[in-house]
Amino acid sequence: MTALVIAEHDNKSIKAATLNTVTAAKACGGDVHVLVAGANAGDAAKAAAQIAGVAKVIHADGAQFEHGLAENMTAQVLAIAGSYEHILFPATASGKNIAPRVAAKLDVAQISDIRKVDSPDTFERPIYAGNAIAVVRSSDATKVITVRTTGFDPAAATGGSAAVETVAAAADSGKSRFVGQEIAKSNRPELTAAKIIVSGGRALGSAEKFNEVMTPLADKLGAALGASRAAVDAGYAPNDWQVGQTGKIVAPQLYVAAGISGAIQHLAGMKDSKVIVAINKDPEAPIFSVADYGLEADLFQAMPELLRSV
Amino acid sequence: MKILVPIKRVVDYNVKVRVKSDNTGVDIANVKMSMNPFDEIAVEEAVRLKEKGVATEVIAVSCGVQQCQETLRTAMAIGADRAILVLTDEELQPLAVAKLLKALVDKEQPGLVILGKQAIDDDCNQTGQMLAALADLPQATFASKVEVADGKANVTREVDGGLETISIDLPAVITTDLRLNEPRYVTLPNIMKAKKKQLDTVKPEDLGVDVKPRLKTLKVTEPAKRSAGVKVPDVATLVQKLKTEAKVI
Repeated sequence: MTALVIAEHDNKSIKAATLNTVTAAKACGGDVHVLVAGANAGDAAKAAAQIAGVAKVIHADGAQFEHGLAENMTAQVLAIAGSYEHILFPATASGKNIAPRVAAKLDVAQISDIRKVDSPDTFERPIYAGNAIAVVRSSDATKVITVRTTGFDPAAATGGSAAVETVAAAADSGKSRFVGQEIAKSNRPELTAAKIIVSGGRALGSAEKFNEVMTPLADKLGAALGASRAAVDAGYAPNDWQVGQTGKIVAPQLYVAAGISGAIQHLAGMKDSKVIVAINKDPEAPIFSVADYGLEADLFQAMPELLRSV
Repeated sequence: MKILVPIKRVVDYNVKVRVKSDNTGVDIANVKMSMNPFDEIAVEEAVRLKEKGVATEVIAVSCGVQQCQETLRTAMAIGADRAILVLTDEELQPLAVAKLLKALVDKEQPGLVILGKQAIDDDCNQTGQMLAALADLPQATFASKVEVADGKANVTREVDGGLETISIDLPAVITTDLRLNEPRYVTLPNIMKAKKKQLDTVKPEDLGVDVKPRLKTLKVTEPAKRSAGVKVPDVATLVQKLKTEAKVI
């Protein structure tokens, strides 16, 4: 029994979500292989070979993989899928894009966003915005899975010494092309991997206030910045900062929610955080029902004071 | 060009669902049902493409029980021209829905299929991708901007680090993200007009699709409850507790 992990990478290094996915793959039992499909991604393949617990790295190189287009990535996964019982992707934008396409081509169900492996064919996944946990059993020969990265510890990035095997690259589908991207530049830790997250909501009132109140505290704590959907929709924060059912799912050591009421959809993205701090002037805000420490105060006074005292 | 818009009837997004005491599922009896929010965005986008003259006809499709008719009527009140209900009492999983939709794509030959990126009940985020795979069409998921011209669609997608733009050949499958548009409110006259629009019903057997579930749900449980927290009187106490009690800063 062997599991295949589809690595997420930037052609040079392996993204952190891959490490959590390797841990989930190990929990399925058997050997773990990692597929690195990219353009000039030799460095990423070498990095994958270092991950503790990986038995083999399969490296496919071709310009058609540079931006991870679903059609081309699917063709590459299918080319080697035959020898695996489990095919796992991190539940990131990229993994969610490709995994169902692979599953449908294999005529199997796909299991989304698992947070626990009960047995090689039984998995736990949240449904209804995390308000219920379903235990599902797959009867398919191949299990195609996306892994909620906050549900599994990351595998050690070093200590492994897997062999790298090069395979022929699958042909370009020609049906889709990469045009361009706008990647938000940030020196802060990545939201999904951050130990501390400082998150703001609609109460901030404007993009300027958001920046003025939230950024210094995040800088001081070495934290990532997050936002509620309301803050993102109002243009206070970029949309890749959104935490919630339809944004990022995070589980940091400390989550500070400032001016966030705590709608079901937001809680779905952060209620697995170790410690939650809520700062809100509405004593009835639902965020207080999940907060370990609640401070009923105006955030424009509390946040600067917090900045001074930490 | 025709646009096919698959929509799903789900528990209203404001409802906090409860797990049944026998752990067989969540209790959705007598709970308010609505159109999945992402699907409203999909219908709105299709109607806007029609208003721009890009599309000629918008067909809404829903798979499930008889009550999905109401959801289809809502789509027609937003501006869909006609609707198809694939009627079944079986529990439908994304692969089965994708196969049903593939059969309809073969029949209707739409230039574009627009779906929501995920349904807020099963939170799967699979159907659009699966349909694209089965119909062998290119896909653009998590779309926040769509421009159609010259047999191609330029789609801006929401990805983890920011935005990405890809160009896909039509026909194609697009799934909507939240920021693609703001769905319009349906007006009373349009609700009345929607009642007269054509709504066809087909069965999975008519489409030759086996909808048997592939995943068996063994149990549905409540997530672990967080233990009740405390309210602190001021910032100083908060910082002190974070440092000494929780030890997180």
